[in-house]
Amino acid sequence: MEQFLQQIASGLANGAIYACVALALVMIYVSTDHINFAQGEMAMFSTYISWQLMTWGLSFWVAFILAVVFSFVLGVIIERAILRPLHNAPVLSIVVVFIGLLAICNSVAGAIWSYLIKEFPSPFPKSSFGIAGVIGPHQLGVVMVTLIVLGLLFIFFRYTPLGLAMRAAAQNPQMARLVGVRVDWMLALGWGLAAAVGAVAGIMVAHIVYLDPNMMGGILLYAFASALVGGIGNPGGAVVGGFIVGVLENMVAYAGNQIEKATGIYIIGNGEKLTVALIIVITVLTVKPAGLFGRVVVKRV
Amino acid sequence: MPAFPKKLLWVLLALAFLVPLLHPLFPDVVSGYRLFLVSTMIIAAIAVLGLNLLTGFNGQISLGHGAFYAVGAYTAAVLMDHLNMPYWATLPCAAVVCFIVGYLFGLPALRLEGHYLALATFALALAVPQILKYRWLEGLTGGVQGIVLNKPEVPFGLPLSEDQWLYYYCLIVMVVLYWAAANMLDSRSGRAMMAIRDQYMAADTMGIDTALYKTVTFGISAAYTGIAGALSASAIAFVAPDSFTIFLSIKFLIGLVVGGVGSLAGSVVGGIFYVLVDNSAQALSLFVKNDLGLQFDLSAYTVFGILLIVLMYLMPMGIVGGVYLLMRRLRALRG
Repeated sequence: MEQFLQQIASGLANGAIYACVALALVMIYVSTDHINFAQGEMAMFSTYISWQLMTWGLSFWVAFILAVVFSFVLGVIIERAILRPLHNAPVLSIVVVFIGLLAICNSVAGAIWSYLIKEFPSPFPKSSFGIAGVIGPHQLGVVMVTLIVLGLLFIFFRYTPLGLAMRAAAQNPQMARLVGVRVDWMLALGWGLAAAVGAVAGIMVAHIVYLDPNMMGGILLYAFASALVGGIGNPGGAVVGGFIVGVLENMVAYAGNQIEKATGIYIIGNGEKLTVALIIVITVLTVKPAGLFGRVVVKRV
Repeated sequence: MPAFPKKLLWVLLALAFLVPLLHPLFPDVVSGYRLFLVSTMIIAAIAVLGLNLLTGFNGQISLGHGAFYAVGAYTAAVLMDHLNMPYWATLPCAAVVCFIVGYLFGLPALRLEGHYLALATFALALAVPQILKYRWLEGLTGGVQGIVLNKPEVPFGLPLSEDQWLYYYCLIVMVVLYWAAANMLDSRSGRAMMAIRDQYMAADTMGIDTALYKTVTFGISAAYTGIAGALSASAIAFVAPDSFTIFLSIKFLIGLVVGGVGSLAGSVVGGIFYVLVDNSAQALSLFVKNDLGLQFDLSAYTVFGILLIVLMYLMPMGIVGGVYLLMRRLRALRG
């Protein structure tokens, strides 16, 4: 039973990470209809920035905030410089540009910091944090940090004029422009925020998966699955989807272990985590493309 | 896009067949290693050709063709390793297996469009190395270690070296596949494929069985890329799960975009191009360090990434398309 609770707790911690990355994906998807394949690699890059700042002697939280600000700026710049001119380009061009970004982020990080796996510190004190036997200090910290970030984002979008303007720009660009919202800048801001949320996820997960240029590959895949489960056009859905998928991932591996213990037959385990995500992605896409909370899109012919 | 000039094609082909015979004259220029490199270029060209059939001519985006390449390579490797099948007999088997896998993947893909299809295939590409390491398959695939194979032997006592024979072998396969693709695209089915790409709704209304064409195209495309995978398995004489990561699929995409989306000749150019950049990455890195004085390890993927983005701005039709456009403009200027 204790093991079962532990599995759920660590599933929630992973789910918090997936929720952040999924939210970043959805924020970009809602406003531009693009799926950002480079989201994970951008987050990885920001994580390396924070690592670099820490080796230069800054404390964890200072490095954390600086790296998040850096990724916000980077996100705005990427949108303004690279994606703006391609606004009406065919889907293939946009997908190709995202893949290009992915390759650049990955290889530049590898060139600057090498492909050696690095340890990443955890800011949460071991003694006073966590509940013994159920949830570890870092896992609890991750859940708390992501919940704070998600709460701040919710307040920002729900209660501030800028947040309202950004939602308007995403929902109905032409009308928003008519009432004086600078839609172009709102999109760039959205990109910046998405990159910043991704960076939070990267810095939080680095302690768990260790720091290396390919660390976000699996997480990005799970974030896709989360966004799809929640309905890719729905930010709240992405967050719920993240937690669902995180717990589901651990439950599948746990069930696999139990079956192996009971019957001796190996079906599924930790080695098949990405396969599970692939199955979730394809199942949701084909069976219920709108996800749990998404709206069904009706296209006019 | 206009077809590649036929005369030029024949000249190039004749040249390609004659080059290895120059070995006794210029042993350093036409070395065994160079021929091997060109063989890998040919294999890459076939893989990109497969991707182009799907993305360029049928409009279905795939970021996961590395998966079909892996299936082809493993099919060939398992057949050679467990059943002692001769290397040339594995090609049709790999083609059939990959056709079936591609066709099956094409079924759910029918319901997906644009970004979503890219997403599903991207997920496939990310999951492939793990699927290959699956414990139940370990007896067949050799798990993390992979399978070590033998290089193709020269048949009929021909007076060729191993590398020369490999080169001819790959070249012949590519010529056959290219010819088949060109003919298919020039037929009723090919026009149906392109009609689906250009105007899905109109194609459907005109009575084209869009579902059938899309899934079969997926299968054929996977078969082409799978054949390339099978060739690579016997060329490198080794397969392992970690050589089939998402970056393999990205390389195919590079070949597609550089050569030209929707151009057969472009696929060959693209395949040659990415192998060339991949293999000169070290030289590039040295150049940046020594000649430009920058302390930076320039890797092939940085070049690829920058090229992908720049090409989307400057030459969305790829290099072959861009050259055509330039030629047409020059001609217009002259007269």
